[in-house]
Amino acid sequence: MTVLEQPGAYRPTPPPAWQPRVDAAPLLPDAEPYRLLGTDAAADIDPALLTRLYGELVRGRRYNTQATALTRQGRLAVYPSSTGQEACQVAAGLVLREQDWLFPSYRDTLAAVVRGLDPVHALTLLRGDWHSGYDPRDHRVAPLCTPLATQLPHAVGLAHAARLKGDDVVALALVGDGGTSEGDFHEALNFAAVWRAPVVFLIQNNGFAISVPLAKQTAAPSLAHKAVGYGMPGRLVDGNDAVAVHQVLGEAVRRARAGGGPTLVEAVTYRLEAHTNADDATRYRSDAEVEAWRAHDPITLLEEAMRDRGLLDDQAVQSARDAAERMAADLRTRMHQDPALDPMDLFEDVYAEKTGQLREQADALRAELAAEEGER
Amino acid sequence: MTTTAVKPATMAQALGRALRDAMAADPAVHVLGEDVGTLGGVFRITDGLAKEFGDDRCTDTPLAEAGILGTAVGMAMYGLRPVVEMQFDAFAYPSFEQLVSHVSRMRNRTRGALPMPITVRVPYGGGIGGVEHHSDSSEAYYMATPGLHVVAPATVADAYGLLRAAIASDDPVVFLEPKRLYWSKAEWSPDHPEEVAPIGRAVVRRPATGGRTATLISYGPSVPVCLEAAEAASAEGWDLEVVDLRSLVPFDDETVCASVRRTGRAVVVHESTGFGGPGGEIAARITERCFHHLEAPVLRVAGFDIPYPPPMLERHHLPGVDRVLDAVARLQWESEWTEGRAV
Repeated sequence: MTVLEQPGAYRPTPPPAWQPRVDAAPLLPDAEPYRLLGTDAAADIDPALLTRLYGELVRGRRYNTQATALTRQGRLAVYPSSTGQEACQVAAGLVLREQDWLFPSYRDTLAAVVRGLDPVHALTLLRGDWHSGYDPRDHRVAPLCTPLATQLPHAVGLAHAARLKGDDVVALALVGDGGTSEGDFHEALNFAAVWRAPVVFLIQNNGFAISVPLAKQTAAPSLAHKAVGYGMPGRLVDGNDAVAVHQVLGEAVRRARAGGGPTLVEAVTYRLEAHTNADDATRYRSDAEVEAWRAHDPITLLEEAMRDRGLLDDQAVQSARDAAERMAADLRTRMHQDPALDPMDLFEDVYAEKTGQLREQADALRAELAAEEGER
Repeated sequence: MTTTAVKPATMAQALGRALRDAMAADPAVHVLGEDVGTLGGVFRITDGLAKEFGDDRCTDTPLAEAGILGTAVGMAMYGLRPVVEMQFDAFAYPSFEQLVSHVSRMRNRTRGALPMPITVRVPYGGGIGGVEHHSDSSEAYYMATPGLHVVAPATVADAYGLLRAAIASDDPVVFLEPKRLYWSKAEWSPDHPEEVAPIGRAVVRRPATGGRTATLISYGPSVPVCLEAAEAASAEGWDLEVVDLRSLVPFDDETVCASVRRTGRAVVVHESTGFGGPGGEIAARITERCFHHLEAPVLRVAGFDIPYPPPMLERHHLPGVDRVLDAVARLQWESEWTEGRAV
């Protein structure tokens, strides 16, 4: 008999056997992007939703062309167009409730406008008169974020804070395919999953990060597959099918609200225009590729499905275009007015109270301005 | 009035007490970071907070500094007052983009709509025998970022008072904790904490009364070094005034310049590298404001312009009493042209 075999002797328990912490299978995305338009299921979709989506898509396309035109007229410093991605933008803008929060990137001004933001305010950053042209609390739209994916942890933190306070709030964060390579994408998804934060992440995979195609960005089976590594479900959806995107995002938002935690949605879409007006897309992609995607245009897809069901006729199409034209005319008129700028605002809101240093510098600028005024 | 006996307390205890009192006073205050919950932090500053306030108020986060500060931004957007712990100075660097691109700018970007009342606690500086990446003095990076306040206490009372002020501030504060002073002790009662001047005010720790005077300007871990140097210098006939900046941003020009105008000479002392370090800015500010009161160029005693050295060599890098006294000796006490001889 050894010492360990004596009654009452210390016996170390063996370490627990390894087992997976969650079942990975239910988290996996579908093999193909989920589609509704052009399928039998399209017959059951609420006509009111289709009409709403169609009106917003037409308006959204016109918003994009108008904003691009404003860059040529020198009224916008730059415009990253979401032409071709309107289905994602519109669905993201419509799917949230009033108390929810949207976290856009710089290419998502349309989603913010669909959510209710004044287009002039949405474009202020890109016009260059102030970094955020709106109070984020008014429509619960976070400032347009330029450093890629850095807004994603903000969405997680806000949703987490709301949940700690017992508020029913969901955050929807938008990111592009290029942004998924950033460290903040990883950290945000990980925090969200660990905290079961009520967040939905929407990747608009538009094929390019400026000029770099997805193949140079990732070796993952799909971007939606990345969800599995965090322990959250990944959904793959046709990003040009506005109804499908709206439905998938809606399910994810409801899941988050019910305490089910975050979801990662990859919407497969295409940026029909160059990265911005300063980019030359012909250097990195062929006309044939662009044409193939034009044939899969989100507005055409919805229009055809609605005409098939007798929900849209030439008159209704014209009426939607007229409404979009009125929005564009108003935007044009207002963007052609020079913004009123006060250079002394530069020192405001750097801190709650100006430091002595800033007071000195503000005085110096004020004196400069007075001198300029005197010379006139 | 009942008075708790004033017993020696460490800076670490005072910091922990400040966190506890801030959390008790305001339910919006949330502490988050690596190991801050169950363990109480690697320096035990957050010891007991998770137990007292729950995991939702004192949260062990995943090991990701950008994620910690990035989620704190979102929490602040929703009205919370996050206090973030970065485990060590050099481990704060992954969070730098969040700090520079969002924390420091959000108020300005949104015209005051979204202030960022975030405190980023950073145990910083050397002298504890830490291996690589555990001893950086990174204050110059933070100072160079508009929108941040940068604070470093040097005493037990200031550690409490300044941390309470930082948490109460509606602006983001990078709160640099001199880790080699964590275990420094002073008579201090948590029940009757001393009144501490608000963020942005320096203090004269040792006044000069007259004679061969100069001002030593420092903050955080270099303040005790300067005080020791001043004592040693008095034996050699110098009367040195010691200014503890406490806040690097906002910078208290008034207190610093008043002292330099009195003494006519100044030495800035810090562990951070000299080139591009805080001392250059401080020397420039003194020269711009006090030129006609200066009897000698403002000198700097700083860490060498090298990556922070391995622990067995760090004593050669850190500014010590001798190096401070050498600098004082070089403050042109005898003019080579008026006295007719070079020194």
